[in-house]
Amino acid sequence: MSRFRRAFAAGSLALLGLVGSAQAEIRWTFPDPATPLAADTLHVHNLFMTIAGTIFILVFALIMYSVMVHRKSKGYKAATFTAPRTAKQVALTLLPFAGLLYIDYVVFGIPAYHAVLSYEDSKTNAEMVVKVTGSQWKWLYEYPAEDIKFVSLLTTPKEQIHNQAPKGEHYLLEVDNPLVLPVGKKIRFITTSTDVIHSWWVPAFGVKRDAIPGFLREFWATIEKPGIYRGQCAELCGKDHGFMPVVVQAVSQPEFDKWVADKKAAVVAAAASADKEWTKDELMAKGKDVYEKVCAACHQTNGQGLPPAFPALAGSAIVKGPFVDNDGRLVKDGHLDRVLNGKTGTAMQAFRESLSDAELAAVVTYERNSFGNTVGDFVQPSTVKKLR
Amino acid sequence: MSTTTAADTHAEHHDHPAGFSRWLLTTNHKDIGNMYLIFAFVMLMVGGAMILTVRAELFTPGLQIVKPELFNQLITLHGLIMVFGAAMPAATGLANWMLPMVIGAPDMALPRLNNWSFWILPPAAVMLVTPFVLGLAGIGTGGADTGWTMYAPLSVQTGWGMDFTIFAVHMLGMSSILASINVIVTILNMRAPGMTMFKMPLFAWAFLLTAFLLIFIMPVLAGGVTMLLMDRHFETNFFNAAGGGDPVLWQHIFWFMGHPEVYVLLLPIAGVIPHVISAFARKPSFGYTAQVWSMIAIAALSIVVWAHHMFTSGMSTGAQLYFMYSTMLISLPLAVLFYCWIATFWRGSISLETPMLFALGFIVFFGWGGLTGLVLADAAADAQYHNAYFLVAHFHYALYPTTVMGAMAGVYYWLPKWTGHMYDERLGKLHFILVAIGMNLTFLPQFLLGLAGMPRRIPDYALQFADLNMASSIGAFILGISHLLFIYVVIKCVRGGQKAEARAWEGADGLEWTVPSPAPYHTFETQPVVK
Ligand code: HEC
Ligand SMILES: [Cu+2]
Repeated sequence: MSRFRRAFAAGSLALLGLVGSAQAEIRWTFPDPATPLAADTLHVHNLFMTIAGTIFILVFALIMYSVMVHRKSKGYKAATFTAPRTAKQVALTLLPFAGLLYIDYVVFGIPAYHAVLSYEDSKTNAEMVVKVTGSQWKWLYEYPAEDIKFVSLLTTPKEQIHNQAPKGEHYLLEVDNPLVLPVGKKIRFITTSTDVIHSWWVPAFGVKRDAIPGFLREFWATIEKPGIYRGQCAELCGKDHGFMPVVVQAVSQPEFDKWVADKKAAVVAAAASADKEWTKDELMAKGKDVYEKVCAACHQTNGQGLPPAFPALAGSAIVKGPFVDNDGRLVKDGHLDRVLNGKTGTAMQAFRESLSDAELAAVVTYERNSFGNTVGDFVQPSTVKKLR
Repeated sequence: MSTTTAADTHAEHHDHPAGFSRWLLTTNHKDIGNMYLIFAFVMLMVGGAMILTVRAELFTPGLQIVKPELFNQLITLHGLIMVFGAAMPAATGLANWMLPMVIGAPDMALPRLNNWSFWILPPAAVMLVTPFVLGLAGIGTGGADTGWTMYAPLSVQTGWGMDFTIFAVHMLGMSSILASINVIVTILNMRAPGMTMFKMPLFAWAFLLTAFLLIFIMPVLAGGVTMLLMDRHFETNFFNAAGGGDPVLWQHIFWFMGHPEVYVLLLPIAGVIPHVISAFARKPSFGYTAQVWSMIAIAALSIVVWAHHMFTSGMSTGAQLYFMYSTMLISLPLAVLFYCWIATFWRGSISLETPMLFALGFIVFFGWGGLTGLVLADAAADAQYHNAYFLVAHFHYALYPTTVMGAMAGVYYWLPKWTGHMYDERLGKLHFILVAIGMNLTFLPQFLLGLAGMPRRIPDYALQFADLNMASSIGAFILGISHLLFIYVVIKCVRGGQKAEARAWEGADGLEWTVPSPAPYHTFETQPVVK
């Protein structure tokens, strides 16, 4: 017996040692809160852990005491009671349960009530609106009032993921276009999705809300400190669920205003570019860029796809077929239609909202003339503008 | 048949087919119990191998062993196999073996049905893993890859592994409904004379309630997956907003089954534990009536709290408050059970044989799982825990101590009755130590990973999560090894060992200990009378 006890002690020590050695980098609680909601949650969490930890240790001590003292090997004779008998015993038995109910409904119940109301109140005094759309496997951010929208994509290089290059500091938590937000403003977020359910989560904000296709959900955040906050998609959404991070850059109001102005100028430039005549080389270059960022996750860089889940575009009848008919109308289930409108019930989503006219024209042109496809025609952004 | 006596062993039995057809055609509860237990253990190994592949992938950051597509299949099948293939059949195996014996019946009430409920399982398991195996060989789209929760629209979008899963779920559901009918009929009709409902062992109560729960929830899941099948192939739009449906409807249906399912896994073990503790504390169970009513309350409450799994999907404030407060209420009957279990061994005359160690391990670790559940009930704070590793750690602390450690307590307790031999006590204890270390090393770091912000179901992770993931993976492999040791202990015990008495444990109480060890092929052909 004592041998086992020794083995058990050694095991526990090893466990503690392991945990201890890693302690340098371990956080024992949530990241520092950046919003009032996160501060609330952190408080509840710490309170709870203290209470639960205390209960656990007390009960564990009780069990260990009994196991050590009420021992047959020490000649302890078993009692025979099977229920509390005297009124005093009954009262003593009921006491812990009263305590439990008090903890449940008063200690936690009351703050939780206020927390839920506060969490759900995304409208009162909201100062700006941001729409977050989940899409396999990227986030689309939209500022309806400012008329800005853009896609936010993972930038960690494939080589790092496949262990062919050393991993960077923000491995898997870095994007090309972070969500830029002003500090000190109550921001109302609206979530939705273009395909499956995603979930937008930034731990430092204490919020997580699902993005559900066909429905709008909302939450809010008032970011108190400037900085960069990172999070991830928190609902399994298919192949690259682990590769659609959230990065928020919180800046002061003047910086935010400047960012908005810059973005707007870019939007105007993009709109103008839709009207100009593009050369094939311009289209191909931009198309390659868009394809590799947006489409290659499924159809692969070489256009071979991952059949049967994601079809090859190399040699695809749809890609090689016409996209407009003789009257200049969009061919149903043609190439451009598929990219604009997607195909319901499959992972092929509609890109009409997330890509601009120029991007759509470019990527379609690129697909028609790459991976061994040699259709030869090319699509002008103005055509897309007309057909969408 | 009526001429055979209880002393006959199966070898002398006259109309007994031999070889495979013996097992295929058997209607004997002990044979079927054995098959359930072996099936459950095989599935535990299959589901375990899958998750060890996952843990190996997560050992360090970067993609090493499996691609994300395969990773998603592995976690999905791990969940489905462990719940429907390992945990539930293990409980049904215990029920088959012990239920007739503890209530003094010769067999289950519906033996042919019993045979069917078992033999539906292996084809269902084959159905579940076939697309996965084909996928490994490069054929088809692979197994279901949506997580065991099968959330629409991902489950509408994915390949035909999902269709196989849907049919497998139908078959598994059918099997548990048939088994449940059998349990209910047996308990209500075949108790020994004098054994009133409130004299019935807690073991029987636990299985009675489990059976009712299963009959209540499995048809709902069957309906749900059928709707999914329709959405996938027959152009219905139950879960498609564009067609007037709602993806969240799936979540309601799934968790209406999924939450009570947790208690389907817990209740049988809550029925085993009091017997084990009382035996090794040499003291009768404390608060029998309170335990019965608590189990009834748990079963009833478990049906009305499902949406606490869906706080982040967005619902009205009123619904959130309701599901939060009703969930908290479950802590009350659970606490009563804990109180009774501890009071059972308090001032007993305790000895720490392996079943007792597993029972105590269950109480301590499941206790922590239950406590952490309380904070998840807080609808606002839940946003931080949900779908993060904290949640994974919480439900593994709830399920592992129950379905594995609790079941092990039962298996070690009754092994002498089943085999006629005592198992190797030193190896049994070693097994417990490995499990205790492995399980904590696997799941404690996951709490911290969740707090640090690691979501579940990702094949690769940011660098700050590296150390804890490594610790967790080491723990998982220790757990894997512990199960190999368990096989060895069981085989050794079946082969031989010290002969077990009829009452194998000094403090054991109950009708099963009045028959010889090993229990004869037919027990209680003359009904015992309970006073
Ligand atoms: C999330 C995965 C995913 C992404 C990202 C994606 N696609 Fe697709 N795509 C699919 C799937 C799946 C199909 C097959 C749909 C079906 O079943 O007909 C498809 C089909 C297509 C087809 C028709 C091919 C054929 O032969 O059926 C075209 C063209 C296409 N995609 C273009 C694109 C373009 C352009 C992009 C980027 C802007 C893109 N896809 C991004 C998944 C994706
Ligand atoms: Cu996602």
